[in-house]
Parts: sequence; structure tokens; C-alpha cells
Amino acid sequence: MPMPTKGYEYLEHTADAKFRAYGNTLEEAFQNAGVAMFNVMINTGGISDEVSEKIELTSEDLDGLLVDWLSELLYLFEVEQVVFGKFKIDGITEKDGNYSLSAIAYGESLDLSRHKFGTEVKAVTYNSLKVEEITDGWVVQVVVDT
Amino acid sequence: MTDETKTTDAFDLVTKIDDNTWEVPTDYKLGMRVPGRIFVSETLMHGLEKQTLDQVANVATLPGIQRYSMAMPDAHLGYGFPIGGVAAFDKEEGVISPGGVGFDINCGVRLIRTNLQEEDVRPHIKELMSRLFRDIPSGVGSKSRIRASDSELDDAFINGSRWAVEAGYGVEADIEHCEGSGFIEGADPAKVSDKARKRGKPQFGTLGSGNHFLEVQYVDKLYDSDVASTFGLEEGQVTIMIHCGSRGAGHQICTDHLRVLSQAVKKYGIDLPDKQLACAPAQSTEAQNYFKAMACGANYAWANRQVITHWTRGVFERFFGKDMDDLGMDLVYDVAHNVAKLEEHMIDGKKKEVYVHRKGATRAFPPGHHDVPNAYRAVGQPVLIPGSMGTASYVLHGTEAAMDISFGSACHGAGRVMSRSHAKHEFYGEDVRKSLEARGITVKATHPSVIAEEAPGVYKSSSEVVNVVHNVGIAKKVARVLPIGVAKG
Repeated sequence: MPMPTKGYEYLEHTADAKFRAYGNTLEEAFQNAGVAMFNVMINTGGISDEVSEKIELTSEDLDGLLVDWLSELLYLFEVEQVVFGKFKIDGITEKDGNYSLSAIAYGESLDLSRHKFGTEVKAVTYNSLKVEEITDGWVVQVVVDT
Repeated sequence: MTDETKTTDAFDLVTKIDDNTWEVPTDYKLGMRVPGRIFVSETLMHGLEKQTLDQVANVATLPGIQRYSMAMPDAHLGYGFPIGGVAAFDKEEGVISPGGVGFDINCGVRLIRTNLQEEDVRPHIKELMSRLFRDIPSGVGSKSRIRASDSELDDAFINGSRWAVEAGYGVEADIEHCEGSGFIEGADPAKVSDKARKRGKPQFGTLGSGNHFLEVQYVDKLYDSDVASTFGLEEGQVTIMIHCGSRGAGHQICTDHLRVLSQAVKKYGIDLPDKQLACAPAQSTEAQNYFKAMACGANYAWANRQVITHWTRGVFERFFGKDMDDLGMDLVYDVAHNVAKLEEHMIDGKKKEVYVHRKGATRAFPPGHHDVPNAYRAVGQPVLIPGSMGTASYVLHGTEAAMDISFGSACHGAGRVMSRSHAKHEFYGEDVRKSLEARGITVKATHPSVIAEEAPGVYKSSSEVVNVVHNVGIAKKVARVLPIGVAKG
């Protein structure tokens, strides 16, 4: 499967936003999923990395970890008022059947006079959720509620 | 862009019951416990995606579902339940599922009447909309002027509309003119996470974004003048419609409990066709904890719409130099359209308590029902159906037929037919704004792309949807209102 150069692509969905994100590694696919989700709301092209947030999560399975990861980013966006554009996941590890993630999200403080938002992402759904290993890496698929 | 949601002719897959009723047979999908019932006209059936039928069928596989998995005429593809989905589950043998409520818990609509006439408002609409847009925060990232304390937040979670009115945001009559008096019993703030509290605290009185709006309208047509008069509506009169929900508080409550319930599914051995349908036996701790938190989210939403109502009245009072009583700014009614409720229904000739899930569907209770306010008890509850931006909205009234056919439910809006991303390719926000302006409709939005995403062309025709509801008889048309000004996130 050829990977889109930007690492993610949007799929048609009537009411919500659906995307696939790719990576040579699982970590990279999760990072690209973060970029894809924020690009539903705003063009992240010009977002700087002056603010960073450290994120540590543990979930019962990989699907859950993906939902928890994106949900955490939405939470931090709303409560800490940071618009994220770049993500660095240090590692996704498995221990006793649980999956953990350690990451840093980079962005800039929300400024409504500068940041022009389109669709608001309300939440991350489990609908059509996929985390799959493919021949040359990983692909994840997510539907977010808008 | 990959096109995965091709419109397939659904006709081969369903059985026609009558002109507006179609059945999804139990052999449509393995594990269906009851058939599906879709209430659409032939025209609307042509536009229905196969995936929407799949979602109706998926809901039919859930334990304890009663009679049918239903979809209202505005049905379209959702996540978990279809949007427009209605299902009732046995209080003991059934389940509760956040997938049947959605993230925006108690997204809903309210209608406020006035004594103003269309001609009193139209010449000033631009200035009026600017003031409403300025005073009522909207859009992504917007914050309220209210900084609620922890105890106020708890109070709002438990008491909904009543909290807002007692805090000075409204009048006593507002409470009774809400579905269920503006709250759901049994809310427990201890089941709401710190994250949800943090998101909810700064957002009282904010509209949000997407399809949410505040609209200044006028009544352009009456279908039933007697019922209209009971609701305080007359031709030419200006009305205000507010459409919004529980904001970040509700989104986080759903996210948190969905996480728990997606694990509970394994514990209780429930086989799910879609993970978003995560659920647990209705009386289990997991399901009850969700229900108590969901009630907090629902109550937050009623408080939110009440605060917005108060500020809207303030703008009108200052603009027209009269107080709200002189302006006749009474709340006609407020309905929830994303919620689960414990209700009593007659099923196979027996009274039964069921958890009715309405996801993008409106409660439509009949004349005489004890949950309909005294003022409307003779005619049934007002059923408020917002149109899309720039199109007609409708006021209907509840009927006894809805209790027989749809667990006392009707549709909730027009229903999308085009994705937001597709809409942005298809329409330019500024063009849409200008064309609405040419039709005498002023639109204020934070950004033109918000207008493009919600262009009238991305929705089904609200009149087609409402006509099906009327013809099936699950609610009857009372009045049509048309927009003059719209404020959007």
C-alpha cells in the first residue's frame, strides 16, 4: 500500500471526519494520527513548537491506546489552550497485556485572533477504528465526531 | 480522497410496510434480535446509505432491545447508532449504551417567543445579530464570562435549568417549559471526572460550533392555529431558536465512560458488531455509573441553554428598550435530542420501564401525558425541529400515535447528506453568506469555512423530513418558522 507523503489521508464520511494515518513504525502512525486530527480543525502548517506537553498513557489494548492518545490531545487543547501541530512519541510498549505510550506534543498557545478554526472535533470514536501492521509499516484508522 | 460511502439503493435490502415505513428484516444481519424500522419517504430512501442500514441492524443486535431498532426520517450515517436512531431497552434485561446518546449529551433545541413582528426586527437585523454574536460566545476555543465554582458546577450537574434560574439566569416559568423540567433525575457528580469538570467549568453559556446556532426567525405559516395559540405562536411573530449542547463537559463524560464500557463488554460477554456500541447490562455498576454521569451532562446542557437564553433576552431588552415581559420573551419549550431516559411505555399490551435512547431524535409525548407541562397538556408537547442554516424550522406537537409507533419519538432536524470536507470543496463560505443575504438572511460566523460546512445544500430538505413525521403521525405540524438572522460558531 503506497503511503501518502504527508502521512495521512481523509476518507469521506457524511457527518463526521474519518482518516487513515500511516507510519514506518507504530509510533509514527500515532504521531500522524495526531496531525490528521488537528488538521480537521485548523491548518497546522504554520503552528510553531514553542509550547510542549508531556503525555504518558496506559490502556488495555492498542485500539484503546489510540483513542486515549487522541482524546488526551483534545483535552489538553481545550483545557491548556494549546494548538498542537507536531508530536513525538518516544515509544509504545506492551507489558502484561497493557499498552503504554510516552510522548511530547508541541504547539503554541491558543490565540483566537490568529487561529482560524473550521470544524471542531468533539471527540474520538471507536467506530471503524483500526490499528494494523502492514508490509511496510503501520496504518491506523479513526472516525472523530465533529 | 477515497470515497467509501457510496450511496447504494437501499430498496433491495428492506421491506416496504407503507409509503413512509420500511422494515430491515432480522435476516439482514446475523444476531439481530428485532427488525429495524426506518421512517422515510421513497425520495429519502433513495438517498439513504447502506451503512446507515447497517447501523440500524447493529443496534438491533443489542441485548434487551424492544420491538424495533428505529431510524427517523432524518437518519444518516453516525458512529455506533445512526443519527436519527431510536431504541428502547428493557430496564432489567437490556443495556445502556453511550453509543446511543453520542458525545454531545443533550444537544438540544429551544424556542423563545416574542411580541415583536417581523417588520419590527428585519430593518435592524444586522445590528441585532452583531450584538447577539458579541454577547454570546461561540466557536472553537471560546470561553464564557461566567467562572463557575466547584459547588455551582455540582449544582448545575444535579439540577440543570433550575440551577441557572436560581442563579439569576432566567425566570421560574422557564423551568417548567423544558422537557422533564430541564433536568434528568439521578445525576451524580461523583461519576464525572476531573477532566470533564475542567472542560465544563469555563463553558456555561457558550454555543460551541459545527451545526450549533442561535437564530432570529419569524413564524411564516401556521398549520394548526389552535395548537399554535396554545404554544403562544402567531403568524408574523418573531421567535428565537437556540441549538447547542453540553460542550466539553458532555464530550469528556462520554469519552471517559465509553472507555470503561468498552472493557465491560468483555466482562459481560456482549458480542458487538461495532465497538462504538459499547454497553453494559442496564443494572450493572458500569452502566449505572454512565447513566448518572450522562444525567450530569444532560443537566449541564439545560443550564447552558438557559444561560444563553438569559443573555439573549438581555440583548433584546437593551436593543428594543423594553423589558422581557413587555417583549413577551417566554420560553415556548426546550427539547433534548441526544439522550437516554428511563421511561414507561406500553409494549405488547403491558406497561414496561425501558431505557429509551434517542440519538438525533426528539421526544414527542402526546396530549394528557404527565410529563407534558400543564399549559400544553391538552395538545401534547411542542416538538422543535431545526432546519439547516437558512432553511425553515418547524414546530410540531406530540401525538398518541408516537407512543404506539416510536416510543414517543420524532426526528431532530434535516439530516446531513454531504460531509464537511466535501462541503468545503463544493461551497465557498463567502458565496453562501452572500446568497443567504440576498434572500434576507444575515449570517454571523467566526470564519467563512464554518458557513461553507453548514451550507443549506449539505442537508436533506427539512420540509421533506417533517412531512414524513407528519404523515406517519408521530408528530403533527403546527407552525413553520423562517430565519432572518443566524449566529454560528
